[in-house]
Amino acid sequence: MIEFTNVTKSYSVGTHALRGVTMQIEDGEFAFLVGPSGSGKSTIIKLITGELKPTSGTVHVNGYSLERIRKREVPYLRRTVGVVFQDFRLIETKTVYDNVAFAMRAIGARTREIRERVPYILELVGLETKSRRHPTELSGGEQQRLAIARALVNNPSTIIADEPTGNLDPARSYEIMTLLQEINNLGTTMLVVTHERDLVERFSKRVIAINEGVVVHDGMDGYYRL
Amino acid sequence: MKINNLGYLIKEGIRGIFLHGFMSFAAVCVTVACLLIVGTFSSLMYNLSIMVEDLNKTNEIMVYVDENLSDAEARSIGTYINRIENVQQATFVSREQALEDFVAEYGESNIFDGTDASYLRHRFSVTLVDNHLLEETTQAIRGISGVADISAAYELAEGFSTLQDVLQIASVVVVTVLLIVSLLIISNTVKLAMYDRRDEIAVMKMVGATNGFIRLPFVVEGFILGMLGAAVAFAAEWIMYDALVGRINAVDSLKLFSFVPFTQMMLPMVATFAAAGLFVGVVGSWTSIRKFMDV
Ligand SMILES: Nc1ncnc2c1ncn2[C@@H]1O[C@H](COP(=O)(O)OP(=O)(O)OP(=O)(O)O)[C@@H](O)[C@H]1O
Ligand SMILES: [Mg+2]
Repeated sequence: MIEFTNVTKSYSVGTHALRGVTMQIEDGEFAFLVGPSGSGKSTIIKLITGELKPTSGTVHVNGYSLERIRKREVPYLRRTVGVVFQDFRLIETKTVYDNVAFAMRAIGARTREIRERVPYILELVGLETKSRRHPTELSGGEQQRLAIARALVNNPSTIIADEPTGNLDPARSYEIMTLLQEINNLGTTMLVVTHERDLVERFSKRVIAINEGVVVHDGMDGYYRL
Repeated sequence: MKINNLGYLIKEGIRGIFLHGFMSFAAVCVTVACLLIVGTFSSLMYNLSIMVEDLNKTNEIMVYVDENLSDAEARSIGTYINRIENVQQATFVSREQALEDFVAEYGESNIFDGTDASYLRHRFSVTLVDNHLLEETTQAIRGISGVADISAAYELAEGFSTLQDVLQIASVVVVTVLLIVSLLIISNTVKLAMYDRRDEIAVMKMVGATNGFIRLPFVVEGFILGMLGAAVAFAAEWIMYDALVGRINAVDSLKLFSFVPFTQMMLPMVATFAAAGLFVGVVGSWTSIRKFMDV
């Protein structure tokens, strides 16, 4: 569960990225987070992953209280939250398979577990035939699938995607969003940041709209106003 | 840390070395260069100090015995000289022996032809434990009754003592400075290698790897690099030393210099190189990675 209560965040004196955000996303939910550029979407994600601490208010994520989390607890919080970025952040020197396996090794998984789980995840995102390629030999949509596979492989209870379709054409964007929905259907909480109004309306899921650091709309019908 | 990760760590460490081949090569080269300089310098120092010690041993004091004493009386003075604390060895040289030595030394010329031993005095050749205390010791020997005169090469002895002191201080200073410089260079090299892998570190942080786990492959990498550097430096040092000594001995027909064989310095050198390689590799990588941990 993700729970923000009266959260404010100021980067320095004067820049108020968030000005009192309150919202709650239940386990297993699918929600879009929308808003214009500079409205505070990425700031919310960084607060969820423990990259930033709130200036005031409380942030609870999967049982951790982020406003007072200890440094050495942050890795364990992050194992419950998979993050997908618009710019993928893949390791170009590693193959598709190794990019995914690397995320498992990073948290000390056994080789046998890795051998079993990586092919399963690659099949889930539709990359099973490209496991020996390198990221540069993949299309944009395939790279995004790989980034999703990596976020998924350690079986986090929550996945957060920051503009996962920003670089893709509409057809590819729709495929990626469908994939995220399928993953959500398997039980993973999904929070998707996007600019693409068409896509949001097509999926008619919960939409949290944010503008200038405050929540201006929170509804279930896929429609929103800013 | 689970034991099943050990294989992973070593594999990652080795993989890192090959993946970032140029950086690794640079790091090893720097280690080798620094250790070679330190090693060459220390072995020169060691040889010089041994040579100085050898020279010191030949730097003896002559104690002349009163010519009115009988042979037996003259010999008995040796007991008193040996009792003085700083005296290492007092050897009796009879006037006949002294003449023979002179003749042997200057055999070519005939300045001693027809010289009778009775022109000479009985004497003791005395070596000291510590040449710094030359003056005090000669004072003490002068106090023994029956001692007529003393000839000591004050200046030579003092020169040796000073040379030894200077060598000792210089070697400590130079070795310390070089070790610090090499640590800095290697830490910087490892830092660059780590910068090269910042993407991997960022991903590891993102998926929830602990700081300790992120560090370990790099520390293993640093350890392997340091050890590799130490091993290469040791082999190069051995080859270089033998070549250098061989060349000097070929030129130095007068045997002015005497070098100990490399094998005599081998054990301390292996220990020092291994310790330096370990220190530089592990400390270097450990401190560099700190910078990338605050994500
Ligand atoms: N590191 C930072 N230092 C200072 N100000 C920052 C920093 N990061 C973001 N901001 C400011 O905080 C506000 C919110 O930024 P944020 O990145 O959350 O926006 P966003 O909604 O993700 O925008 P976009 O859609 O363009 O990605 C902006 O005004 C931005 O300029
Ligand atoms: Mg953003």
